[in-house]
Amino acid sequence: MQTFKYLKKTLLISALFLPLTGLAADVSLLNVSYDPTRELYVDYNKAFASYWKNKTGDNVTIKQSHGGSGKQARSIIDGLDADVATLGLGYDVDQLYEKGKLIPKDWQKRLALNSSPYTSTIVLLIRKGNPKKIKDWDDLTKTGVSVITPNPKTSGGARWNYLAAWAYAQKQGGNEAKTQEFIRKLFKNVPVLDTGARGSTTTFAERGIGDVLIAWENEAFLAQKEFPGKYEIVIPSLSILAEPPVTVVDKYAKKHNTEAVAKAYLGYLYAEEGQEIAARNFYRPTLASIAKKYESQFPKVNLVKIDDDFGGWQVAQKKHFSDGGTFDQIYQK
Amino acid sequence: MFTKKNILPGFNLSLGYTILYLSLIVLIPLSAAFIKTAELSFNEFWEVVSAPRVVASYKLTFGASLIGALINAVFGLLTAWVLVRYKFPGKKILDALVDLPFALPTAVAGITLATLYSAHGWIGAWLELLSIKVASTPLGVIVALTFIGLPFVVRTVQPVLEDLEAETEEAAASLGANRWQTFSKIVFPAIWPALLTGFSLAFARAIGEYGSVIFIAGNLPFVSEITPLIIYIKLDEHEYAQATAVAVVMLVISFLLLFAINGLQWWLSRRNNSSY
Repeated sequence: MQTFKYLKKTLLISALFLPLTGLAADVSLLNVSYDPTRELYVDYNKAFASYWKNKTGDNVTIKQSHGGSGKQARSIIDGLDADVATLGLGYDVDQLYEKGKLIPKDWQKRLALNSSPYTSTIVLLIRKGNPKKIKDWDDLTKTGVSVITPNPKTSGGARWNYLAAWAYAQKQGGNEAKTQEFIRKLFKNVPVLDTGARGSTTTFAERGIGDVLIAWENEAFLAQKEFPGKYEIVIPSLSILAEPPVTVVDKYAKKHNTEAVAKAYLGYLYAEEGQEIAARNFYRPTLASIAKKYESQFPKVNLVKIDDDFGGWQVAQKKHFSDGGTFDQIYQK
Repeated sequence: MFTKKNILPGFNLSLGYTILYLSLIVLIPLSAAFIKTAELSFNEFWEVVSAPRVVASYKLTFGASLIGALINAVFGLLTAWVLVRYKFPGKKILDALVDLPFALPTAVAGITLATLYSAHGWIGAWLELLSIKVASTPLGVIVALTFIGLPFVVRTVQPVLEDLEAETEEAAASLGANRWQTFSKIVFPAIWPALLTGFSLAFARAIGEYGSVIFIAGNLPFVSEITPLIIYIKLDEHEYAQATAVAVVMLVISFLLLFAINGLQWWLSRRNNSSY
């Protein structure tokens, strides 16, 4: 509290002198992100701006752009000059190198923890009282259960959903054919494939379609907050560690001369304040102290990892989601 | 070729601007699609555009657009007729309502329709009792495409009906034509070309529609996946050439259909004129 007062005073004083000195530079950053991070980055941008002001005296304004992860990556490749990209999955960031050569190949090694300052996982959101008795993934394949998930072709979140279900089926001792059969049965219960995660949440929560929504954990928490008392979260026996990675887009940051501030912007996500903001917005923090503080909010989940269990995004994408992949095969006649 | 002198000069200049304008706005972007598609070999191209899932989407897109445009042709004509021929309180409001599908952002229309027609929606709940499902089915696609196409027919037929003087009908009646003859021989031939224009506009608009359909369609492969969504999916896979290949097929089919409709219209109007 004391420090806060002090901070306010300094801010006030510096504000008074600002017109006289005129030394503070105005910097502007563009953060191109995916769909459910809207609320997170609104909070974080405010925090970072005041942190940066204190540290360097510069005024930084951050513009945000949100949309489906794949679409956002495409926009950057097509010339949307983002200084930083904070997308839903590594594959989409990989494309910035593959298709645009905007970042180096080893971009994911540049920041700690696979460049993922916060993580999330995939959970099941069900209607109050659990009328269909849904406890785990295998309940989603039963007849009469209606499942809502977006289209993995267009939604990053849906790819995590798909892989989580796949991992569960595989761990049940199923061989490849059995696993695929499990997934096929699950998708037979899907009446609507929305193009994005937010669309699916709307279909489930507002339109009242389906018995269960496969969703980002943060999205599930948010739906619970928006509609108190209407939904419950079920933690499946196995899920996937979703790592939404962040990177500086070197080519554009260099052009705008914003490399230093862009780097600091991402770095501060790992700092205590950044982690706290992530946790408050229902993303799992990676810093031990904050993780401990929010322990009760995030239940323990058995998690597989994309790198260990699926051989990384490039391999997983090719096998499951590219043209003719396992997802396409589900619908093949 | 240009022997006929116009009273107002400037043919060369205005034609030049027309061509420049059309090139910038229409031709160059469209030819870019063709150029991008040329990255594929013919076999690759054929494989992409004839994949069963893509073909299923053509059927849905063109079929639903056609049905939507036909529904609009019938009810749009009726609406135009009522708006032109009768006086009643609230007519101005009704007239303004017709333009709403034009003005409403398509995504808003889509979300509204999807909510109304979902199993728990105001309309959907009643249809559910009759076990008719609209949202997430091809029927939903037709509903959305009918909605966005409505103004085209009404607005093209309306002015023609207004120009059609009641005297011609009175003359027909006084010469002994019954009501059906008056309509089919006098009124209908006069509005038919306009109706066809409205129909083809509504049809063309429906083929390219994305925003309003995507929320109500359900987007299930082979069932309710429209071609614009296939293109969108291919773009998200960073398969730009494949996406443009499908787009080119859509363009060619649309162009041929519109060309055929225009030809039909030209033929009809020539036949009508010669009969006077």
